[in-house]
Amino acid sequence: MTKTIELSAGAGASAVRRKRFSVTKWYRSGGLSAVLFGIPIVLIFLYFSWGPIVQGVFLSLEKTNLVAPAKWVGLGNFAYVLSDPTLPQAALNTLYFAVLALIVGFPIPILLAVFINELRRWDWLYNTLAYLPAVVPPVAAILLWKFFYEPSKTGIFNTMLGWIGIGPFPWLNSEAMAMPSIVLYATWAGAGATAIIYIAALGTVRTELYEAAEIDGATIWRRIWHITLPQMRNIIFTMMLLQLIGTFQLFTEPFLFTGGGPNNATQTILLKIYNYAFVNGDYGAATALSVLLAVFLGLLSFVYYFVTKKWSRS
Amino acid sequence: MSVIDDSLVVSTTEQTLAGAAVDRKRGKQATPKERGVISVADRRRPAVRVWMWVIQILIFVGLIVAGLGPLVWSAKASVSGSQAIISNPMGIFFTPNQWGNFATAWNGAQIGLDLGNTAFLAVGSTIATLFVSGTGAYLLSVLRPKWGPILNGAILATLFLPGIISLVPLYLTILKLPVIGVSLQNTFWAVWLPAGASAFNVIVLKNFFDSIPRELIEAAKIDGAGPIRVLTTVVLPLSRPIIGVVALLTVVASWKDYLWPMLVLTDPKLQPVSVALPTLAKGPTPFAVQMAAVFLTVIIPVVLFVVFQKQFLRGVGTAGGVKG
Repeated sequence: MTKTIELSAGAGASAVRRKRFSVTKWYRSGGLSAVLFGIPIVLIFLYFSWGPIVQGVFLSLEKTNLVAPAKWVGLGNFAYVLSDPTLPQAALNTLYFAVLALIVGFPIPILLAVFINELRRWDWLYNTLAYLPAVVPPVAAILLWKFFYEPSKTGIFNTMLGWIGIGPFPWLNSEAMAMPSIVLYATWAGAGATAIIYIAALGTVRTELYEAAEIDGATIWRRIWHITLPQMRNIIFTMMLLQLIGTFQLFTEPFLFTGGGPNNATQTILLKIYNYAFVNGDYGAATALSVLLAVFLGLLSFVYYFVTKKWSRS
Repeated sequence: MSVIDDSLVVSTTEQTLAGAAVDRKRGKQATPKERGVISVADRRRPAVRVWMWVIQILIFVGLIVAGLGPLVWSAKASVSGSQAIISNPMGIFFTPNQWGNFATAWNGAQIGLDLGNTAFLAVGSTIATLFVSGTGAYLLSVLRPKWGPILNGAILATLFLPGIISLVPLYLTILKLPVIGVSLQNTFWAVWLPAGASAFNVIVLKNFFDSIPRELIEAAKIDGAGPIRVLTTVVLPLSRPIIGVVALLTVVASWKDYLWPMLVLTDPKLQPVSVALPTLAKGPTPFAVQMAAVFLTVIIPVVLFVVFQKQFLRGVGTAGGVKG
């Protein structure tokens, strides 16, 4: 009664029997419902994830502005993007931002997490306060901060610094201070959420070692340095990589704070991609730069993974 | 339900599901923490005590200023006069309240409409994410077809590619969907549908579904439940905590999103508040009204966060664990 389809005709009789594919059996074992459950995720990923990724690679090799028909230009877009005279500055700015964000924004959440983990009472209050900036929509927060950064004497930060006799500073208006100002905001916005992740990781630190260290007479600071932090090594490395990848793809902050100014001091790679695509309408060039950035980030993760793996073992 | 809970605690060592069940039982009682770096004996030493107090107070003040400061200032600025805010921004705490700013922002500046759009976008994105990731995770974790590992690999692979690579092509996809040829620009679908393609949420849900004991699912199957019944009567009820976490994180992410809705929703009537605010700030709107609009935007997610604080913080911790 069962319909069968021969899959491998040339094999021996017993092998054929094992390899027979039966539609009824397939249906009874849930094959059809599996396909039905697979439809939404496959369709959505095809359209909005896998498709665009593949399309991105092709798009970077074409000249297209949606009006004229697309023209194959090979590596022409890459040559065009790489010879753009403002690219080195944008790349350096992006790198500068990433390094600055790492120096300022990286130790704060770790220290905060280690401290909150030691609290026996009120730790929920500290958690909540620390995480609060992370739920404020960035656009609203940036508008507020832009006002806080008001360069005149009556700006909020300048007023507050004036109380202790410092300032006034030009903040976003000066080439030298614009990027650090954005990093300061980004640290405020991101530190609490990162600290919460570290606190979760601190729960997995093995505590027997602390007792052993106490017997050996290690002070609290030495215990943090030699026991807590080494055990958090993996999550710290991961978070560092995620933060790096995140800062390289930063758009909202420089776009809304300065729009790339003053004098291109906050022009980043992502702002350039945005300008290529949505100001100039040159989608090929925009994708070529995206592909370059993605390849760079991929290489970065790859190298980072192997280097930190080596450190983790030693 | 309680019977199931007990069996779960006994039968799984997986922290996710067992942890959720224990949490529910314990209710609001505080959990005694394990020891940290500082031992009980240390805590009795006066020097340690003094230092702890000093650091505790310093950090507390710092957190209040950084976490609460901007919110409090924005709250007061939203009910102050434009002139007062600009000329003496720290002095506005001593000026009388002007409640009219809110009405002007809500009606005149259309913040009410924009907030409605934001909420609609957030709810739609959450439903899309839960539906797509939920069915997908169920497929990969429970149904496990032969082609599952290939799908799983293809989804995992997208996690390793930076999102920027697909920004422009995704935009072009929205302008004209391949094969169907429909344009989703200036429809909410342009935000909802791409939100569903989240590899991260699929993996979070799949990991949780994996921790549900197979015996429960097999038992339901023997009782004659089909795949949909197993999903709705066994898997989903047990996964409530993680579904809540995914929903919360999606709502917040959608509330914060800026670039994508700005690109695909060019019609001001459809724009969420995050896209409308910068336009408002560039226009002739009085500064105090802008501040009222900013405050209205900020206060809703903040209140949501304070209400669901516990779920939020646990969710972020869980998500971080998956990332790590």
